[in-house]
Amino acid sequence: MTQKQPQHTRDPREETKSLEIEVASQWKLMWWKFRKHKLAMASAVIIIIAYAIAIFAEFVAPVASSTYSKDYVNAPPQWPHFFQPDKPILYVNALKFETDPNSFKKTWTIDEETEIPLGFFVKGDPYKLWGLIPSDIHLIGTQDPQAPFYMMGSDALGRDVFSRIVYGSRVSLTVCLVGTTLSLFLGMILGGLAGFMGGWVDNVIQRLSEILTTIPTLPLWLALAAVVPLDWSPLRVYFMITLILALIQWVWLARVVRGKLMALREEDFITAAILDGVGQGRLIGRHMIPSMLSHIIASFTLNIPGMILAETALSFLGVGLRPPVVSWGVMLQETQRVGAIANYPWMMFPGLAVFIMVVTLNFLGDGLRDAADPYQ
Amino acid sequence: MWKYIARRSFYMIFTVWVISIITFVVIQLPPGDYVSKIMNQMLQAGGSSATPHLEEALRAQYGLDQPMYVQYLKWLGNVLQGNFGHSFTYLKDAKEIIWQRLPMSFVLAFGSLILVIVLSLPLGIYSAVNKYSIGDYFITFMAFVGLAVPSFLLALICLYLSYKYGGQALIGLFSPQYVDAPWTWAKFLDLLRHLWIPVIIVGLGSSVGGVGGTAIQLRVMRANLMDELRKPYVDTARAKGMPEGRLLWKYPVRHAMVPFFSNIGWALPSLISGEVLVAIVLNLPTSGPILLQALMDQDMYVAAGFILVYSILTVVGVFISDLLLAWIDPRIRLGRM
Repeated sequence: MTQKQPQHTRDPREETKSLEIEVASQWKLMWWKFRKHKLAMASAVIIIIAYAIAIFAEFVAPVASSTYSKDYVNAPPQWPHFFQPDKPILYVNALKFETDPNSFKKTWTIDEETEIPLGFFVKGDPYKLWGLIPSDIHLIGTQDPQAPFYMMGSDALGRDVFSRIVYGSRVSLTVCLVGTTLSLFLGMILGGLAGFMGGWVDNVIQRLSEILTTIPTLPLWLALAAVVPLDWSPLRVYFMITLILALIQWVWLARVVRGKLMALREEDFITAAILDGVGQGRLIGRHMIPSMLSHIIASFTLNIPGMILAETALSFLGVGLRPPVVSWGVMLQETQRVGAIANYPWMMFPGLAVFIMVVTLNFLGDGLRDAADPYQ
Repeated sequence: MWKYIARRSFYMIFTVWVISIITFVVIQLPPGDYVSKIMNQMLQAGGSSATPHLEEALRAQYGLDQPMYVQYLKWLGNVLQGNFGHSFTYLKDAKEIIWQRLPMSFVLAFGSLILVIVLSLPLGIYSAVNKYSIGDYFITFMAFVGLAVPSFLLALICLYLSYKYGGQALIGLFSPQYVDAPWTWAKFLDLLRHLWIPVIIVGLGSSVGGVGGTAIQLRVMRANLMDELRKPYVDTARAKGMPEGRLLWKYPVRHAMVPFFSNIGWALPSLISGEVLVAIVLNLPTSGPILLQALMDQDMYVAAGFILVYSILTVVGVFISDLLLAWIDPRIRLGRM
């Protein structure tokens, strides 16, 4: 795709803006156009941070995802405070419990009087980063390892919701990537066949994708996910679920690929290439794919949020990923417990993570789509 | 036109037939069947009566011992006669369960569809006409938010708010005194009072898979109209001194609505998906919770019936929207597009 820059050297003073645009490669033009889309740029930064968190989950999370406490059950979120007069630089308020005089139910509340100082790079639960590097340093945590620190509250087993969201990002943010890649693969092959061959092949693939879009997606996903046996290992379930998602989601990518190919076939430079006697392989690899690659990348990005939502919804309903796997959808299952929503609304925090990722990925995809055609 | 209708009708029947096969195969996929589930339950209950003989007898009784294509043909034959088979869990006709639950589902999905149209058309037009204004940015921003809030999360938030602010009665479809009451005008009004919450949730939230929801339709309408407004005939009309309002409504909006309405037909499946999900969360007496349970219990005829009826109704919906489009746009019915 990278077009060769002109080889002759030029007086640097002559390098006016317009000349720069004239000689810029297509990718450079796209980058310039993308850079103008402020929301997309900001979203790209957030997405990079989110994936960094997923990669270094053990380090970022204050405690391990399975660490539980039989004391601090359903504790409310302790928001970090900083730079308050006469207080530690960074601290959370401690928790105290109250017993309801009627029901004898224990509930935790924030104790405004006492503070628990927090620190960066503190020692905590030992872990092995990526199963290789042993360490016990955590990005953020309490200086006293025994003190409670639940930034986003704790669940019914006394596990830290924040740490679990951090660990869950590993699954939730990769399922969508693997799933979209699979559907891109299917979509490229089927959409490519339809667009390139045309005729009856196109007709059959078109009908198939039409039929698949006619069946309401969620019931079909539910039916397919119900097939996954309960005794499968988490890894197998993970791949099965991504496969199920991809089996239906490819339709949208195939449509983009087909539409783009159909439009390309009419282009003059393709006709010129054919008349020049270029072989089919070179025609596809050198001329067609490069000119649609940017569009494919944009559609790829725009398909990821749908996958995140799908995985979350399936896991939430209990037919997708299952505990002990930690994903945002699995965590949201907790909200279905009777009374959980009413009494422990912080169980909805994983939903916030889903929201942030879907918003930013949509903005990013939007920016990429605008940039995909820099000549407009 | 008649030729076009005939061709579309043929496609429609063909589509439904393929869907019936897909549905049946998918429902059959789980290992084991309803009988093996009963057997497991009997074993767990400590019954020694779970003999292979009984198992075979039960299979024969339910017709589960025959090869899959025989079961499919039998099922298809029955469905064509309006008989959806027998529900294993509820011990009554699947048809009865489906007809009991489905109307509410469609009231909900259809209500959301109307909401989507009513909201996305004017907002999309406003956005396109006043592009890059504060209003446009606000609408665009809200559309992206709507795109990112899954409908079930919206439902959870509504649940929380209703607990917190005491309006618990608003969740569900009927007030307690009307749940089992026969249909009266009062019950109907009561339904309307409750229906708006799930309708808004399904219509505004992002549905799972596909192109539902106000947000996407709004973006589609905005993009279409902006393309249309850029065309030279708009400038010509303006140069002739046509008033702005008439100029906008007479041509560009009507033109931009063609792709919009072809998209709306496809929004139906995802609105149904959204309805199923939201109904499960809010525990509404629609098809969602029953379908999920049927899939879990391998109550195959109920599950297959639901999926098939959903699909048929979608196919019919798309068919109608195609016909409307062909009626509006001669290029389509003459097969040039």
